[in-house]
Amino acid sequence: MSALFTEPFLVSLLFGAVTAGLPLLLAGLGEQISEKAGVLNIGLEGMMLIGAYTGFLATYHSGSFWLGFLAGGVGGMGAALIVLLLCIRKGLNQIVIGIAITVGAEGLTSLLHFVQFSRSYPRLAAAPIFAVPAFSQIPVLGQGLFSHNPLVYLSWVLVGMLTWVFRSTYLGLSLEAAGNKPAALDAAGVDVVRTRSFAVLCTGFLAGLGGAYMANVGAGLFVPFMTGGAGVIGIVLAMLARGRPLWVLIGAALFGASLAMTTALQVAGIDVPTDVVQMLPFAVVMLVLVIFARHSMLPSALGTSYVRGER
Amino acid sequence: MSTRGDMAAGLKTTLQRVLIPVAMALVVGGLILLVLGKDPLDYYGFVLQRSLLRWGGAQETVTRMAPLLLIAAGLIVAFRAGIWNLGGDGQFLLAAVASAALAPALAADLPRALNLVVCMIVGALVGALWSVIPAMLKARYGINEIITTLMMSFLGTSLANVLIKLVLRDPDTTVPQTRSLGVDDRLPRLFGTTIHSGLVLAILAVILVHLMMTRTAFGLKLQVLGANRAAAVHAGLRVERLTIIAFALSAGLIGLAGAVEVLGVWGSVRADWNPAFGLLVVPLVFLARFNGYAVIGFTLFFSALMVGGESAARRVGVPQHYVLVLVALLLLFLALVEYLDQSRRKPSAA
Repeated sequence: MSALFTEPFLVSLLFGAVTAGLPLLLAGLGEQISEKAGVLNIGLEGMMLIGAYTGFLATYHSGSFWLGFLAGGVGGMGAALIVLLLCIRKGLNQIVIGIAITVGAEGLTSLLHFVQFSRSYPRLAAAPIFAVPAFSQIPVLGQGLFSHNPLVYLSWVLVGMLTWVFRSTYLGLSLEAAGNKPAALDAAGVDVVRTRSFAVLCTGFLAGLGGAYMANVGAGLFVPFMTGGAGVIGIVLAMLARGRPLWVLIGAALFGASLAMTTALQVAGIDVPTDVVQMLPFAVVMLVLVIFARHSMLPSALGTSYVRGER
Repeated sequence: MSTRGDMAAGLKTTLQRVLIPVAMALVVGGLILLVLGKDPLDYYGFVLQRSLLRWGGAQETVTRMAPLLLIAAGLIVAFRAGIWNLGGDGQFLLAAVASAALAPALAADLPRALNLVVCMIVGALVGALWSVIPAMLKARYGINEIITTLMMSFLGTSLANVLIKLVLRDPDTTVPQTRSLGVDDRLPRLFGTTIHSGLVLAILAVILVHLMMTRTAFGLKLQVLGANRAAAVHAGLRVERLTIIAFALSAGLIGLAGAVEVLGVWGSVRADWNPAFGLLVVPLVFLARFNGYAVIGFTLFFSALMVGGESAARRVGVPQHYVLVLVALLLLFLALVEYLDQSRRKPSAA
């Protein structure tokens, strides 16, 4: 087993953990914003998948990765618009619409992909990498953590920014009130529907961005159904993090590591069926849930629509 | 106090609630096909002809109803009790794998009927077992079962593959799969058709579930639980126990669906096989408003769409995932029609 802790193995594990964890991080942060505001986005998986598709398509046709990320975010926002219009404005069941978004995104993206590419899966050029000066020279850590696509560093910055927004801004307070006591927010003169709409659009953008990263940087191609439960993990991350962005980052890194295990083990010369490794993140989440069951907390008005004047 | 006029009006609203979403989903779905350069009438015509008008296709359609009906029965129990069991795929697959592993092994020692019954019971138990963790987490700590069942579903799907590839693999085949159950040992066919007797079981199950939920004290308790959890606690119901039982019943029926599909149709399970029926049945159960009799009709409709869609994928060039688009549209329009209906009934609100 000494082969496990060689430098190539550790680099591959770290690098893979960041790459595989980033979509989870972005989706988890997005979901956290929504959950804070009292909206449960079961459709997160669908938003990621749409983002993966639109992001891939934009990069495929334009060659620009930044345009791809933007398109992914906008695609995710498009799916979020359905939640906004139907659930937040009209008060339709968030769970039913969430399932519809996920199932619909699965169907629609595979349909569109088939029409455009039939059964071929064109690859993109390798994504640009920005090696952070000085930091990237550190052995193991440098290659594993500081030689990534710039979006990775931006997402780390976002974690800090969100922590600040949640903790010490008026916006953060409004979001939290919209989730815990919408009537109080309303009484304070802030529009609950508008606050929640803003939150959901943010979620859509971040989930779509995560999907685009998964397709364009992580895989380098789009395959139907490629998100494979990443959205569900994102929801769980947000749930366990109890409103703290840093915890989403830690969780995403852990799940990223368990996803990256296959490649890393292959580097170390150990052959494990991918199915075993695919089970890991879900097994870990269930274990964490069983152990910390009492500690996962959600806003009290989560999943219920706000109707002014209704008890 | 129901007069003929009331009944006619009731029938009319029911029809509206059902036909409008279905029609709108088909129309909007058709528009999507049109945008993609396919002729929707051609597609729907092909689907209809393949799945219902040809004898072979019609038999396949009716056979497909068996697992769908059992899953629907499972979902009706859960949804009526206010539980979102969305982990159907994992429960279905693990039960399928368990019965596929057991049936050929026992076939030599047990008479056919007994073997089939044992395998179906094991399938149901495995399905139920896979719901225990979400059920406990929901009952004890109120943890959202949507998330936990979905996670268990992903976990179960991978576990099924691991079991097939590493433990139960038939050494005589190149593609990893379980040992095959001989055709003579499978569920008996009905009257010289290719339809297996699992269908009868499925129809019975869905009717029994309907009667249980609407006519028995136990069903009433579950309905109270579904309508208002707090009220159920107030009424002195043992909410924790009821939640776990409802979960187990639901997952057990879905597990039975997996067993029946294997024992009736396939005889073995290939690695990476996942029909993913779980979420597809959800809109049917909603369309039927949790009514067991109504769900039979919708299942026939949907089964025809699936079977026809599969052959259309080969012939018309529309991938079978198009059915997923229809399912999503159906859910969307169902929710919309429901909303419009409610806002019409209480115009004072909003």
